[in-house]
Amino acid sequence: MSDFLVLKVMAKLLIPFILLFGFYVQMHGDYGPGGGFQAGVIVAAAFILYAIVFEIGTARRVAPMAVLVTIACLGVLLYAGVGVANLVYGGRFLEYGVLAHEPAHGNHIGILIVEIGVGMAVAAVMMIIFFSFARRR
Amino acid sequence: MNAGHLPILQVALPLIAAPLCVLLRRPAFAWAFTTLVSWALLAMSILLLIRVMADGVISYRLGGWAPPFGIEYRLDAVNCFVILVISAVAAVVTPYMRQSVAREITAPRHNLFYGVYLLALTGLLGIAATGDAFNIYVFMEISSLASYVLIGLGSSRRARAAAFQYLIMGTIGATFLLIGIGLLYMMTGTLNLADLSLRVAEVPDMRPIYAAFAFITIGVLIKLALFPLHIWLPNAYTHAPSAVSAFLAASATKVGAYVLLRFVFTLFGPEFSFERMPLMEILMPLSLIAILVGSGVAIFQHDLKRLFAYSSIGQIGYIALGISFASTSGLTGAIVHIFNHAMMKGGIFLALGCMMYRTGSVELSALHGLGRRMPFTMAALIIGGLGLVGVPLTSGFVSKWYLVQAALEADLWPVALLILLGSLVALIYVGRVIEAAYFRPPPPGAPAVREAPWQMLIPTWILLAASLYFGVHTDITVSVAERGAEMLLGLPA
Repeated sequence: MSDFLVLKVMAKLLIPFILLFGFYVQMHGDYGPGGGFQAGVIVAAAFILYAIVFEIGTARRVAPMAVLVTIACLGVLLYAGVGVANLVYGGRFLEYGVLAHEPAHGNHIGILIVEIGVGMAVAAVMMIIFFSFARRR
Repeated sequence: MNAGHLPILQVALPLIAAPLCVLLRRPAFAWAFTTLVSWALLAMSILLLIRVMADGVISYRLGGWAPPFGIEYRLDAVNCFVILVISAVAAVVTPYMRQSVAREITAPRHNLFYGVYLLALTGLLGIAATGDAFNIYVFMEISSLASYVLIGLGSSRRARAAAFQYLIMGTIGATFLLIGIGLLYMMTGTLNLADLSLRVAEVPDMRPIYAAFAFITIGVLIKLALFPLHIWLPNAYTHAPSAVSAFLAASATKVGAYVLLRFVFTLFGPEFSFERMPLMEILMPLSLIAILVGSGVAIFQHDLKRLFAYSSIGQIGYIALGISFASTSGLTGAIVHIFNHAMMKGGIFLALGCMMYRTGSVELSALHGLGRRMPFTMAALIIGGLGLVGVPLTSGFVSKWYLVQAALEADLWPVALLILLGSLVALIYVGRVIEAAYFRPPPPGAPAVREAPWQMLIPTWILLAASLYFGVHTDITVSVAERGAEMLLGLPA
């Protein structure tokens, strides 16, 4: 596995920045372009790049299928949970304004949490799809 | 939280339950949890229907945004009725699933099955609840993607091919729907159905609206599986696990019929759809062909699931025929038949699941002599079959009564004759089932077969008992359907 040296060195250099950029897109989704979906894809892309360039076994050990499924489920639950939390606080479903004293602040918190849920679900599902197709027989 | 949030909880509950179900891991827990959720959904849908019948339309603003800009859930007599049908079928089919799914699905993790099933339920309920055109598309994709998975879980290898065929057809249908909605949005700048219905009339250049109408109608007809866009349905119903066949046959195509009603009547309006666009001239021949060809092809089937899948194509023809009359009695017949056919066909597929559970086959030849050995299952199958024929005292009779009445009101007596001819053709295929079950001796050396377990028989009989009950006590279903029909036609209630 010593061939493709350039590819491996470049991937090793890039993967931390890809992950960092993924988190940037995640947290700045409410100010600029981006959001949970894009961030999830970028984070998943870092793992998939590692699996393609190096070896899939390590990637699988770092992100086992059971963990990925759990993360995907928790992501959806986070999203829907915020919606229900708004009902508990006396608003309507996904009406984030009631989450804080000030509606604008509540909206900010609500969107941030919902987008984290989306990011978790998307990243996990992207990796599940990749690992399922890359399964050795 | 109070009852005012019921419209969204109806959709949010299965959405939250789906990932929880996956996290529960143990199949027995997942099944018990799904059953509880489906019963809660039924209770909620009954409450909703009572409120809507008493107080009129309920509007719910998602996220608190006012309707034309935000997403609105809008519940009236029609979609409350559809929601009730879906959740009633789910509440009956889910308890049945435990044994049927354990026997028929080889996948290692049944909790995933229940998760996907809850997502399909979310999608179907969402389509019915929402008052936003794009939201309909999103929920349709959720329910369709989940259905593809559910069908692909069937035990035979052909289930995968059937799911793939449905995926291709379903995606074409969804894409057509999306193109149509996109054209509407381009011309009006709004996605809210109520707002769209006001603005569509004011558009200066009508050509994109005509195109949108054509795209949406064809897209929905694929989902509805109206002849000649039905080719995905027989394979999908035949190869899917029995409980999934029952659930999809009773709910998915019914929601398709609802979406057609919603777009044709609420959005475009009957005047546009039937006078400026030739919807009646297209829909009526196609549904008559569907009735005759679907029932006719069913006669020649040897696989019982495929037989009743073709019969579904014929029955969908009746629903589309009722829509094509664009009159109160026609629409009443169509809406009542949405309910009645859901009960009958759901019950029939559950009975076939019982047969599959005990004999491992749903071939016509496996039926021989079963009338004696599985009396309750076979009696259920026959009652459902007689309902499909439209024998008096079954609920199939009620819907056909209204359809014939609508045909006679419109001075279309040949159509009325064809409806009756369709019933005769249905009598032939049901007759074949009766003959095989009761008048043929069991083949020599056939293994002993016992009656299906009661956990499966009771759900089967609940659906068929409902179809008998509503065949005699027609006032409940018909009054809701009539109110829905008048509302769709814009008549004062």
